[in-house]
Amino acid sequence: MDLYSDTRDVPFDSRTITRHRRGRFWRFVYGASTVVGIVVLILLLLNVINSVFGFSAIENRIQPDDLAINGIPIESLHKNDLVFILEQNLSAGLIRRLADDLPFEERSRENVYDLVIEWVVDPEVIASWSLFDSIFNRDRIAEEMAERYPAADLKFLSWLTWKFITTPQSSDPENAGVRTAILGSLYVIGITIVFSFPLGVGAAIYLEEYADPKRQINRLIQTNINNLAGVPSIIYGILGLAIFVRLLSVLTSGAIFAGSAGDATANGRTILSAGLTLGLLILPLIIINAQEAIKAVPSSLRLASFALGGTRWQTVWNHVFPSALPGILTGTILAISRAVGETAPLVVIGASTFITSDPDGPFSKFTVLPIQIYQWTSRPQAEFHSIAAAAIIVLLVLLLSLNATAIFLRNRYTQRL
Amino acid sequence: MTKEIHMTAVQTDNEDITAALRRKPRFNEIVIQSFLFICATVSILTTIGIVYELGKESMNFFLKVQWEEINKTLAEPLSETDGVLLTGTSGAAIAEGDLIRIDQEQMMVLSTSDLTLEIERGVNNTGIAPHSAGRVIYLARDVSLLEFTTGTRWSPQVGSFGIWPLLNATLMTTVIAMVIALPLGLGVAIYLSEYASDRTRNTLKPIMEVLAGVPTVVYGYFALTFMTPLLRLVFGADTVSIFNTASAGIVIGILVIPLVSSMSEDALSAVPRALREASYGLGATKLETAIQVVVPAAFSGIAAAFIVALSRAIGETMIVAIAAGAGPAFTFNPFQSAETMTGHIVRISGGDLSYDSIDYNSLFALGLVLFFFTLGLNVVSQRIVRRFREVYE
Amino acid sequence: MLSNPTKTMTGNGSNSEYAIEARDLNIYYGDFLAVSGVTLEVEKQKITAIIGPSGCGKSTVLRAFNRMNELVPTARTTGEVLYRGKNIYDSDVDPVEVRRRIGMVFQKPNPFPKSIYENVAWGARINGYRGDMNQLVEESLRGAALWDEVKDKLDQSGLSLSGGQQQRLCIARAIAVQPDLILMDEPASALDPIATLKIEELMRELAKDYTIIIVTHNMQQAARVSDFTAFFNLGDEFAGVLEEFGVTQKIFTNPEKRSTEDYITGRFG
Repeated sequence: MDLYSDTRDVPFDSRTITRHRRGRFWRFVYGASTVVGIVVLILLLLNVINSVFGFSAIENRIQPDDLAINGIPIESLHKNDLVFILEQNLSAGLIRRLADDLPFEERSRENVYDLVIEWVVDPEVIASWSLFDSIFNRDRIAEEMAERYPAADLKFLSWLTWKFITTPQSSDPENAGVRTAILGSLYVIGITIVFSFPLGVGAAIYLEEYADPKRQINRLIQTNINNLAGVPSIIYGILGLAIFVRLLSVLTSGAIFAGSAGDATANGRTILSAGLTLGLLILPLIIINAQEAIKAVPSSLRLASFALGGTRWQTVWNHVFPSALPGILTGTILAISRAVGETAPLVVIGASTFITSDPDGPFSKFTVLPIQIYQWTSRPQAEFHSIAAAAIIVLLVLLLSLNATAIFLRNRYTQRL
Repeated sequence: MTKEIHMTAVQTDNEDITAALRRKPRFNEIVIQSFLFICATVSILTTIGIVYELGKESMNFFLKVQWEEINKTLAEPLSETDGVLLTGTSGAAIAEGDLIRIDQEQMMVLSTSDLTLEIERGVNNTGIAPHSAGRVIYLARDVSLLEFTTGTRWSPQVGSFGIWPLLNATLMTTVIAMVIALPLGLGVAIYLSEYASDRTRNTLKPIMEVLAGVPTVVYGYFALTFMTPLLRLVFGADTVSIFNTASAGIVIGILVIPLVSSMSEDALSAVPRALREASYGLGATKLETAIQVVVPAAFSGIAAAFIVALSRAIGETMIVAIAAGAGPAFTFNPFQSAETMTGHIVRISGGDLSYDSIDYNSLFALGLVLFFFTLGLNVVSQRIVRRFREVYE
Repeated sequence: MLSNPTKTMTGNGSNSEYAIEARDLNIYYGDFLAVSGVTLEVEKQKITAIIGPSGCGKSTVLRAFNRMNELVPTARTTGEVLYRGKNIYDSDVDPVEVRRRIGMVFQKPNPFPKSIYENVAWGARINGYRGDMNQLVEESLRGAALWDEVKDKLDQSGLSLSGGQQQRLCIARAIAVQPDLILMDEPASALDPIATLKIEELMRELAKDYTIIIVTHNMQQAARVSDFTAFFNLGDEFAGVLEEFGVTQKIFTNPEKRSTEDYITGRFG
């Protein structure tokens, strides 16, 4: 081989320019893929916000101005005058029902005022527009208002208000709130945590600290857990339906604790069943995550404890578990936020389609926030989509705080170690 | 004097050593270990529960005779000796040879003439009893496994339980989802693993995690209120109906992208640096190294990621329940509405379910199919990872 | 047929008499100066060994010759490396072109998880080889003294070979792209003594056609195999410096510097 002559006949057609160009092209494509994820996230949020804020055409059955007594507008009236207005305008039956719920003497002035607004003024949203429309198509909206809804007022509303969070469900979108759903979610998750955290951590401790991995039964348990983690959530719903709602209905409906408050139709479709079902669902996740956290504890810690004559449980409880706890907590919180967002299994178990009373214990009928969102989204009217969007924001805020807590815990304890 | 003490100490030691070292039963330890073992076995119980319940009710579905309400009632009272009964006008028609039930008594229909049925009383060892007018007439339906797996119509009202419309819709949404998720997810993984700087990676990975953490019901809302109008805008409101599988499929794909990307990225990062160095040493560009050396070397991990994503897409429920449509329909047009297996389960169970109705039992059969699909896929993916992992280590 | 003229290695139209030269080469990782002020000339078709204690930058210097240390994001170089008279660190030089011409064999054998045939053919293929691939593969495997052992199992995975065979496969892979120089980073350190011997024999064969620069921590190997030896040592603030460079025989029998002698005789290192 004659080296280094200028005209060395090397049969390589390197085409490096083409290859580099192709490299740049595909690098751009891969980068664009990641951008898609960001774009979708932004679109998702914008879409939700778009529905929550916007103009609405509101028609009052009776104008508030018409209710003024002696020229004093209703905002400034005393409670007694407001009660008088109620009695003047509502049917006797309705008055009686309201008084049964809570006598007027015991109600606050604000409460009575709200009643006046809700029942006498009775504002009804007859049309609403998205934020996008409200900003960019003002003129068209004004035209439409003049044409079709001359008697209505145009107001810029947010469907997400404090009232929204604290009001129970209603069949009118204007008066509906997510209170029952939020409380339902909290109760259900509470039961889920109580059920699955000890079980999951216990199982993880067993698998990591006690189980001999060569034994068949232990390998079976491990494979089984890994498989369960991949089972669709709806299957857990079906399982919960069969076991907790039907088979154990005596237990879950509270009938076994005779006389507990509940509906006449005491069946197993209770918060307890829901909590247990979700607990089973996230159990594999908690176990797998706790196992990882326990595996990360250096074996030198265990060896030190054993060398001092500690028993296995003493070693686990006093050394391994505290060391793995931050990781376990982080993972558990993430599993919980997964459970908070679950809808399908709870629908299968039988979440109630319409409850207005707050849950009062594990044996109550229930609904949860995601199911509320599902139901409202399934209605065709735009107003229901708006409150669904508002409920979505509530849910996302809830999840965000859960995840932020998890990340905070993770950062705080990782630094310390 | 020192000697004495020394000898005493040794003597004491000799006396106690065997007793001191003997194993004592530590009951606490045993109890705790048993408790922990029980915790672990709960998972086995769960699987057993799933298989047992799904299996048992599915068997009921296929083997036991199902009684269906066909909206028919007895028009006139029936005494114990009557051999002919008159039905109301509403409801589905009853044919010769059908088996019907009123209260606890089963009867065989010998012949029909308009609304009059000639019947054989008390078949299948059920007692003959008088029945008052207005009692509900139940029609016997049985579902064969053959019909279930090969039938193309799912209309419980007429007793058709062919799974194919539901299965087909599931397949369509899954395929569309994979078409979106696999290229994009792999692209993200390649970018993060081969091109991105540490800083970019640390910003992008949390964003992917956020995407993965959005509840599916929110994605469902997104599919219905954004994706469908978008599709209608692009393809025309005539081609795309309000509920369609394309919209649901695309959003499921988006849901699953983080799953594909994170598992693939782990697989790509696990490829030893030495392989990349060998490739660069030969004068390869970054693209050539990434695509022709690293990706093939990470193949098993990437394949596992794909399969897990597939399984997830098949099991997805809320997005299809909200956006794909209600009512089983056998169609290959992704712009039309159709109901998947999961969507159907949710819709049926969301309504008022009476136990032991044929709808209730059909849920379990569907659930069983779903369970086996996803379980099978997950097992395959674990196998792939295990088998190919040894290859380049 | 050859690539764009601005990217070829010929500068000034003159061929250097040396295979490759370093001129006042400094290599930084971030702010840390890993190798300081290296100037040396490598003769063509000879084996040049780089020896020295751990951490003195031997591999770093080697990798500077084919711009492989750029794969580490914080690496920075000042000074020149002249290949055929052209500084390969000039801004108009494409590292991809450099690396095709200056090949590398690594410490731990790293064949691709592809077939033996593909291992050898792949590098040539992406560089646009226009000739008969089968012939190239056979010639390269012969040149690496591996052909007879694998000629019947070319489609088996490269990873199914023994350690020594894998390393020879990596050598075959390197020569398939027809480089001028082959850089070897401790090529036998992961191999058993018999395989090591085979590699050393192979190196002497390869030197007939290629210039070889080998980094080794095994002094006896350097003494056996190389024509020239460069002794690197740890200088100020842990930067590697070139202490002495010369004909191997002289370095090992009559070194000029005290530190060289100390290292050779095993007093440190």
